[in-house]
Amino acid sequence: MGKIFKFQQDVDTDQIIASQYIIFPTIDEMKGHAFESLDPDFASQVQPGDYVVASENFGCGSSREQAPSVLKALGVQAVVAKSFARIFYRNAINIGLPVIVCKDLHDNVNAGDEMELSMQEGVVRVNGKEYACTKLPEYMQGILDQGGLIASLNE
Amino acid sequence: MGMTMAEKIIAAAAGVASVKPGDIHTVELDRLMSNDGTTHLTIDMYNKLKNPRIADVNKLVWIVDHNVPCDSVKTAASHKKMRDFAKEHGIQFYEGEGVCHQVMMERHVTSGELIFGADSHTCAYGAVGAFGTGVGCTDYLYAMVTGKSWLLVPETLKFNLTGKLNDGVYARDFILSIIGMIGANGANYMAMEFGGEGLKTLNMSDRICICNLCVEAGAKTALMEVDEITLDYLKAHGREPKHSFKSDEDAVFAKVYDIDLSTIKPIVAKPHFVDSVADAKECAGTKIDEAFLGSCNNGRIEDLRVGAAIIRGKKVHPLVRFLVVPASAEVYRQALAEGIIDTFMEAGAIVMNPNCSVCWGSCQGVIGEGETLISTGTRNFKGRAGHKDSFVYLASAATVTASAVKGEIATADMV
Repeated sequence: MGKIFKFQQDVDTDQIIASQYIIFPTIDEMKGHAFESLDPDFASQVQPGDYVVASENFGCGSSREQAPSVLKALGVQAVVAKSFARIFYRNAINIGLPVIVCKDLHDNVNAGDEMELSMQEGVVRVNGKEYACTKLPEYMQGILDQGGLIASLNE
Repeated sequence: MGMTMAEKIIAAAAGVASVKPGDIHTVELDRLMSNDGTTHLTIDMYNKLKNPRIADVNKLVWIVDHNVPCDSVKTAASHKKMRDFAKEHGIQFYEGEGVCHQVMMERHVTSGELIFGADSHTCAYGAVGAFGTGVGCTDYLYAMVTGKSWLLVPETLKFNLTGKLNDGVYARDFILSIIGMIGANGANYMAMEFGGEGLKTLNMSDRICICNLCVEAGAKTALMEVDEITLDYLKAHGREPKHSFKSDEDAVFAKVYDIDLSTIKPIVAKPHFVDSVADAKECAGTKIDEAFLGSCNNGRIEDLRVGAAIIRGKKVHPLVRFLVVPASAEVYRQALAEGIIDTFMEAGAIVMNPNCSVCWGSCQGVIGEGETLISTGTRNFKGRAGHKDSFVYLASAATVTASAVKGEIATADMV
């Protein structure tokens, strides 16, 4: 179980991690600034195993991989959204951060709700209700399962 | 069944006869561009590989453009890491030569290529009929090591252009209109292809501006048919096309739009979304604190000429900072030769070295709490140009320059 941090539609990667931080030498030095403009308490409150739940077009804008990377570094278990912008989606899979499309979840849950995700079953459970998720294409699930794209370079 | 331009480029790069949307293919990349926004992280990952190697160093182009000149000790460390690695491995390296996409267009990209760039606006390369797409540093590293990557074949939105833009209306107004029409995710996962008689009225600068901004509708890439204007541009820059693909007559498009360019009006995108568009005249009178003419979207010589013609003999409003930033050293030198830099400086503009500048809000000209910027930059997201509680309007070079003179949003006919 993890807690939900809820965001709206068209959350761009500048909001996830602003430009002035992305050139910092390491992800660890950036992660304390995640979602700073939208939720200044996010980075201090999020716990390993928590979830980000968003509406349409999550992660639009800049291709900065720092965006999914800071969320992963903070222990975010998965991002569940109605839809994702493609570069964020691809980057997240490449670094091994699960990104789950679920059309019905966002409108029916609140920030702070406890949530459970089963990627194998393709469902999330919140407040005693189950919501079906779209499963990843096999190819992308394979990348996620091996822990990200780089793992294949080290085989 | 016929194929679209995007499908033909992917098929060629995958070494197969045909592809269709939804297929995933392993493709050979022609070129790999990376800039100082993420390369320091790519290098860290590279150094941790069990068997680090570069498949073909001649495909790599590294460009320091986001924070030039360097603005902090942390940035200096990231730049040094990039500079040293490029030197050690013999990677083509530019620093201070301009915004990455402009440098790529001037010196490297050609028609029919498949290019990964570690920057979302890589879709600009479609202006010469190249498939450019933005990637993160893990994708970049994988392609750097193997020379290959995987691509899901996108559906294509086709825009058939007719007519021509009226005087005082620019490519920026056109593409903002399109993004407003289809929305910030209207082309998500898709290619946007532009063709038709109207395309022939748009010069290469217009075409780069249009393709560059397609990612703001979510597009995976943008593509334009190769024609005489493309071939002239390539020839002038000493290059030949790799392929000159056109979509087949019976290619299948997800949707086709017919757009008469003469119907386009001056447009602004209002804070904080690129698809939040309005007629520029509706926003007239909005006070501004800063104006920015530059970026990979609108920092070419054609844009500077438009601005200079408007501001010649006039002054920047006393309450406004007007930043003029040529997109490349080549553009800067041409502007110097034409007396355009003098014109801007006489008017009181601040002319800066070629770089991304306030378009990405981490270097020059950032704006403070409650301030408003009108910009030819690529994005107007919350906090994009500085303080999280500041405001960015996007507009053409003409509207930005007119606003700098007036101290409030204005179109060129109002000054």
